[in-house]
Amino acid sequence: MEQKALYDYLLLLGDNSAILGQRLGELCGHGPELETDIALTNVSLDLFGQVRNYFQYAAKVAGEDATEDSIAMLRLEHEYKNSLLVEQPNRDFAYVICRQFLFDTYHQLLLNELVNSKNDQIAAIAKKSIKEVDYHYDISSTWMQRLGDGTEESNKRLQDALDFLWRYSMELFKPTDTEIIMAEMGVGPDLETLRPVYLERVKDIFLKSNVIAKEDAIFQYGGKTGTHTEYLGYILAEFQYMQRAYPNMQW
Amino acid sequence: MEVASPEIEEILRSVSDPEIPVLSIMDMGIVRKVEQEGERYKIDITPTYSGCPAMDTIGDDIKAAFKQEGLEAEINLVLSPAWTTDWITERGKAALEKYGIAAPREKSVDKAALLGEKNQLECPRCGSKDTKMVSRFGSTACKALFQCNDCHEPFDYFKCLK
Repeated sequence: MEQKALYDYLLLLGDNSAILGQRLGELCGHGPELETDIALTNVSLDLFGQVRNYFQYAAKVAGEDATEDSIAMLRLEHEYKNSLLVEQPNRDFAYVICRQFLFDTYHQLLLNELVNSKNDQIAAIAKKSIKEVDYHYDISSTWMQRLGDGTEESNKRLQDALDFLWRYSMELFKPTDTEIIMAEMGVGPDLETLRPVYLERVKDIFLKSNVIAKEDAIFQYGGKTGTHTEYLGYILAEFQYMQRAYPNMQW
Repeated sequence: MEVASPEIEEILRSVSDPEIPVLSIMDMGIVRKVEQEGERYKIDITPTYSGCPAMDTIGDDIKAAFKQEGLEAEINLVLSPAWTTDWITERGKAALEKYGIAAPREKSVDKAALLGEKNQLECPRCGSKDTKMVSRFGSTACKALFQCNDCHEPFDYFKCLK
């Protein structure tokens, strides 16, 4: 029972990074300019490195024939536990930055808690990852300000992105049964307690970026329990293609 | 870092980062522990960045270097304590500078450059302190791209990771 909860928890942690990493990877060679292209794909690389750490551990917990690749590539859509936010498409650069900022702020808060996890391996992964995620946060929070405080057009685009993405932000803080068990065991944090800190931080940056989060947003939930938006299927079609076409292939 | 013997240290010193050939893995500070078990050496290495693609190659290179001496090495990847640029030795930093990569400084250097403030980073080619950041990421995850305003040459800066 505890092993099952731990396995599910590792998927909850890893899937956000895997799906966001894949979304960012789509921008490789397609970024608006070279600097941002390289930055976003490097962030993607960091996220995939972290995913490998989570999934290698998950494979040990699962035992039998599980490998990091089978966990990453061979599950069905409803078995992925990423939040709805990270699967949203790269509509334009403002969407990419806004999605990244909403996630990075959460990710940083989460990892700051996980470094004290009673699970040594999760604590070790968090200690490694937090240094990278601090850097991600620096990039996305400063780009928020550059876009929001830039031209009329860049501000409008950022506001559009926030209007669309904000509805997916609160799912990050709504604990699933697995996260409640992990919080009770001291493995993960109580997500509800992170919410007010999150709101304070993002609203500070919104203010500096001249954008406003909708007060009457209808928040959307479901990704963490396997009910995804239509986008995930398309992501997985590409993400899983090689393993499906050539089972057990390795680079 | 404890190494079994000077001979073992020499083998490890011969292995370098495939992307920064002048930097030995010993000077990079990624070799954390070496233990001898009979004919076998168990070596703990720690990644610089989680997604660093050089780690697999470095592991293979260590095994190959040991094999050449008729020894066997087993590689174990450890995450904690997490690697920091403070573990790069003075010799390593000097090698980086000579190679044309500015060695990591304080975290404030990275931040100052990003915010357009005056930074203290010296151009590794001409020594000028009048430099600017071009991109927060360079050719690899561990580097940022700078340019010297005096000699106009671009150069890599090994980012500070603490």
